Amino acid sequence: MNEQLITHGADWTIKHLFVYPNEFIYWGLTIVMYPYMTGLVAGAFVLSSLYHVFGQDDLKDLAKFALVFSLALLPVAMMPLMLHLQQPFRGIHVMFTPHFTSAIAAFGIVFSTYAMIVLSEIWFVYRKYFVEQVHALKDSDSRVLRMKRLVYVVLSLGAFDLSDEAIAKDKKAVTILAAIGIPVACFLHGYAGFIFGSVKANALWMSPLMPVIFIMSAIVSGIALCMLTYIIIMEWKKFSTTLARGRGDDSVKIIAGVELDVIKKATRYLIGFLIAAITLELLDLIFRGYTAMKSWDILREVMYKEDFFKIFILQYGFGNLLPFLMLMIPGAKIKRTAIALALILFGVFMMRWNVVIGGQAFSLSFAGFMDYDVPFIPHHLELYKEGILGALTVAATPFCLFYIINKFVPSLKRS
Amino acid sequence: MTISRRNLLKKTLVGTAVAALPALPLGAIKFLSPAEAKAAVSESKTRYAFLVDTNKCVGCGFCVKACKKENDVPYDSPVTRTWVERYLITKDGKSHIDSPKGARDGFTSQLQENQHETVDPKEIDKAFFVPKLCNQCESPACVQVCPVGATYQTNDGVVLIDRTWCIGCGYCIMACPYGVRYFHPKYKVADKCTFCYHRLAKGLKTACVDACSFGARQVCDLKNPEDPATKIILTERVAVLKDEYGTKPHVFYLGLDRNVR
Repeated sequence: MNEQLITHGADWTIKHLFVYPNEFIYWGLTIVMYPYMTGLVAGAFVLSSLYHVFGQDDLKDLAKFALVFSLALLPVAMMPLMLHLQQPFRGIHVMFTPHFTSAIAAFGIVFSTYAMIVLSEIWFVYRKYFVEQVHALKDSDSRVLRMKRLVYVVLSLGAFDLSDEAIAKDKKAVTILAAIGIPVACFLHGYAGFIFGSVKANALWMSPLMPVIFIMSAIVSGIALCMLTYIIIMEWKKFSTTLARGRGDDSVKIIAGVELDVIKKATRYLIGFLIAAITLELLDLIFRGYTAMKSWDILREVMYKEDFFKIFILQYGFGNLLPFLMLMIPGAKIKRTAIALALILFGVFMMRWNVVIGGQAFSLSFAGFMDYDVPFIPHHLELYKEGILGALTVAATPFCLFYIINKFVPSLKRS
Repeated sequence: MTISRRNLLKKTLVGTAVAALPALPLGAIKFLSPAEAKAAVSESKTRYAFLVDTNKCVGCGFCVKACKKENDVPYDSPVTRTWVERYLITKDGKSHIDSPKGARDGFTSQLQENQHETVDPKEIDKAFFVPKLCNQCESPACVQVCPVGATYQTNDGVVLIDRTWCIGCGYCIMACPYGVRYFHPKYKVADKCTFCYHRLAKGLKTACVDACSFGARQVCDLKNPEDPATKIILTERVAVLKDEYGTKPHVFYLGLDRNVR
């Protein structure tokens, strides 16, 4: 078979027993990454809103970081979709000719609404800083600093008013935007769940609980990623301060104290959402078993036999139960929390995997199974896009973007 | 330089609107002549449907071969617009199903593809073949989920795909309960059986119907009571596949067994 005639899916699908000839795992790793990344975006935003709307002052430092990080994650939510499309250059058709009976058609609208909210909220939060920078860099000599000032002039959009009245208006705008942002963020992700939950042909996906399950696990993963990134950055700061000033210096202790404090407070919210997510997932599972519709025979086969390890050991065991215990047992320090957070992120990833790939692990004929052999070595472009390397590209991008954005919008400065 | 918030918002809005003007997809807007508009909304006098008599199918696979050639589906690709399934129901009540290469080359061995087992002929209670193709549903799930409207239903009931507009997301493939859709290896867009719409439009039969020497396949117009296959559908006991999804499939089967998936 030459390069031109690749049957999409044939490279990574292994069929057992009777599967229809056209059935392959069409939605692979990229589509696992898609709800995962969108979930992180939504979760990061909800975390930042906990401070901005509900006045949870203990989350202030983390909230600022989470908001900017959700901006870095935003373009990445679209990346796996673009990698997945067979005709990526036509992706824009979703915006131009949306067909509104399709769940995916809402993507353009929900996504851009959400992007506008995040961008404008960040602008209102940092406007004061932009203007201050414009003034501070006024008389600088170096070309780089002059360029930097120009960037800040553009970023301030010409609104240089720093009177108390103007600042108060900024704050009000942030609160309003964050408040609108929560339902939009939930909608953004809930509708990702709807994309799956509304596929009536797929016995595993079809469930009205799907959007809610997706929202809960999204918030869990978003908070966990923000906390973990925060820990890594603070540890790095601690390390560099230790190198500069020695281990016993007061500033090192202050950093460590603040870090632990923030993380402890955020953990409470994380555990709350984690419990909600697990409860809903178990409810879905129990309900399917109890009602035992026609599809239950094959679903049971997939859940308890074919995918048992992935669902019950990796997802529920290592991804939910273990980190839950690690966080609940008193006396959690940074290291233990960090490991628990990484496990939670892994757990949510496995949940996405078990939904997306698990939903295609059985044939529509209910008489056969399909195994997913994740493409690793890219022999051709499609195997890169749909394989582990593509997924790693997607996973690494938000951190690169955050590095650049953070150069102009210092989200890690302590208040 | 100061600018009031109101002015800032106003200017931003106006600026964005002006900048967005050239991006409007004017090419996508089409004006119809009165005759075209009437044709687009008025009910068609035709409703294409299909009748499969499973009792007559011998599993030769000529239909699959003819379809692949007629519709430019790569011959050696595993995907196919139509296929034939073989069912062996053994004395223990189990069904053994296979469809090697979609039955493109017929069923030449007793070996069950993907199962690596041979069924003892003495153990078989009943055996039969079931041809499958797109059901051209009345409420097609694939049309509902297409995010760009690239797949659509003609007013004579056939569901088609616009190859120039499909983005290749695969949502329609996921939404079809019958597994008739796939990505075309050459065109990189969703593809499926069209009842050979290009042939029907010329008054011809579909390629698979012409290739079937046993009369197991017939295409018909449900709105024409004189059509022989329509007569059978209207007067005899016919069944459809996977009724429970509410898609109202329009491929009707004679002699459909309860074991058929």
